Amino acid sequence: MSFVWTLAEQDGTSLKGVSFELLARGRTLADKLETKLASVVIGGKLSEEQLQELIHRGADEVYYIKNDALDDFVVETYSRILVKLIEQYDPHTILAAATTTGRTLMPHVSIGADTGLTADCTDLDIDPETGQLLQTRPAIGGNIMATIKTPYKRPQMATVRPKSSRPLEADTTREGKIIEVPFEESFVDGRVEVLGYRHNEDEDVDIQEAEMVISGGRGLKKGDNFEIIRKLATRFDAAIGASRDAVDRGWISYPHQVGLSGKTISPKLYFACGISGSIQQLAGIKTAETIVAVNNDPEANIHKIADFSIVGDLFEVLPRLIEKLDENGKKATGGKS
Amino acid sequence: MNIVIPIKQVPDSNKVKMDPESGTMMREGVEAVVNPLDLYSIQLGVDLKEKYGASITVISMGPPKAAKAIREAISMGCDDGILLSDKKFGGSDTWATSYTIAETIKSLPAYDLVIFGERATDGDTGQVGPCTAAWLDVPLASYVASVDAVTDDSIEVERMVEGGYQKLRLPKPAVLTVVKEIAAPMLPTLSGKKRARRTEIPTYTAESLPFEDANLGLKGSPTRVVKIRTPKVSREGRVVHATDGEGTEGALDELIAYLKEKELV
Repeated sequence: MSFVWTLAEQDGTSLKGVSFELLARGRTLADKLETKLASVVIGGKLSEEQLQELIHRGADEVYYIKNDALDDFVVETYSRILVKLIEQYDPHTILAAATTTGRTLMPHVSIGADTGLTADCTDLDIDPETGQLLQTRPAIGGNIMATIKTPYKRPQMATVRPKSSRPLEADTTREGKIIEVPFEESFVDGRVEVLGYRHNEDEDVDIQEAEMVISGGRGLKKGDNFEIIRKLATRFDAAIGASRDAVDRGWISYPHQVGLSGKTISPKLYFACGISGSIQQLAGIKTAETIVAVNNDPEANIHKIADFSIVGDLFEVLPRLIEKLDENGKKATGGKS
Repeated sequence: MNIVIPIKQVPDSNKVKMDPESGTMMREGVEAVVNPLDLYSIQLGVDLKEKYGASITVISMGPPKAAKAIREAISMGCDDGILLSDKKFGGSDTWATSYTIAETIKSLPAYDLVIFGERATDGDTGQVGPCTAAWLDVPLASYVASVDAVTDDSIEVERMVEGGYQKLRLPKPAVLTVVKEIAAPMLPTLSGKKRARRTEIPTYTAESLPFEDANLGLKGSPTRVVKIRTPKVSREGRVVHATDGEGTEGALDELIAYLKEKELV
């Protein structure tokens, strides 16, 4: 039987949230096709309970392959394993995350497995006539949406934009099989040596995984003023983004950059402060659920793009917003504390 | 050291404007430029050439006018170029594009590094670099943000990944895809421009190399675009003015109510 597969991602000791988002996508497709959904996990030190969570959140089967040699992501090794699993089990669809790992591994696999791959999809569906996977993705900086098929080759493969779907609630009554795939020495490519890993010093930089992103642009006038953005980000428990302008001026580091030459993100809330809303910026935020903006230029593009925008001076508006949110918070818990 | 830099010519996204009537993007008549993210791979190549000595070959697949992009790379310090241009290459997806580029690289006398930009700003896939590494069967480092040590037989790099940087040592030859942090692109020099004008850029067609015909162009592409839609960009949201103290209070009350309704605070 041919399955829908999702490729789970792990960070060494736990599964990344995007693994569950992919299962929500995969479940819908598998149900439409009346087939099973399996999740593949390569590497990491994961417990039985952690693997069970994949089943609770939609998988019928979990294929797990582990070994110390697989703890670090090395594309040649992971690709060799996935290509071998594809040959062995013949899935007809594979969904992976459009993360740095997924977007490195899956293209490599598309050559090894001799099939097509669609990048960074935001919508997936089944063609009712042919049963084929309809893979929809933004291109040209999000200015067009292209729907793509892989008509003849299998598996049909797509990477899926993180945060573009929500995981299913965990259903602890769901049952499924966990299959441990035996490790073989020949899986290890061995040419590339992993020398280490360096964490970012600031914690608020993971803008693609964040539910909320507060972002600053040229309107901040100088790098020190990112402090206002940091305060607001703390209030919202948000990650910090920036426009290309702010990064090019050296106010904040490149990993924070949102837009065409930076990251593309889909948070629940994107809050743009002092950002004009250029095409460059817009490309990175088209799939944000809600966009809020503050900009003092009434003609700025961002006011057209935002769901809610304030024409005003961010140096007045933002500090007052924090105050008001704090007052509001006190009122809400007033008398109880 | 021999370095190969595959680049792409793309529409200049800085010139794209929003149609105020339809709220969609207008792309007609926009000028073609070197993919902005390829300026970083070109500059890394030029930086490595200055430090270690290298010969840099630029490859671009596209219509005849893509020769202009190759000349721009040469004016920045690359040495020569190859244009892959043939109707048979048209309609290639990332699978067929990477096949064509990999076969061209294999036909070169020798190479130590192949350097790609992270992705092109039009197709936005970032797949051609990793696919090419797979065709060539040489080690790959994607999202490279810095190159630390280059020896005769290896290269050490840092990859920018979620939450940090992964450090790798790759044996040469290797394929890199690079992000913006890798280099600061410099403008072409006058002497570079002169040299670019003088440099002859050979055009390779489907007959120039022993390509498998079945792997080329639309025919060789496993994926097919079945529908294109131009989404509305404007959300036609609420705009409130906070031009004085009173305005600010009102605007913020409204914003907070809005955020509460959306369960964002």
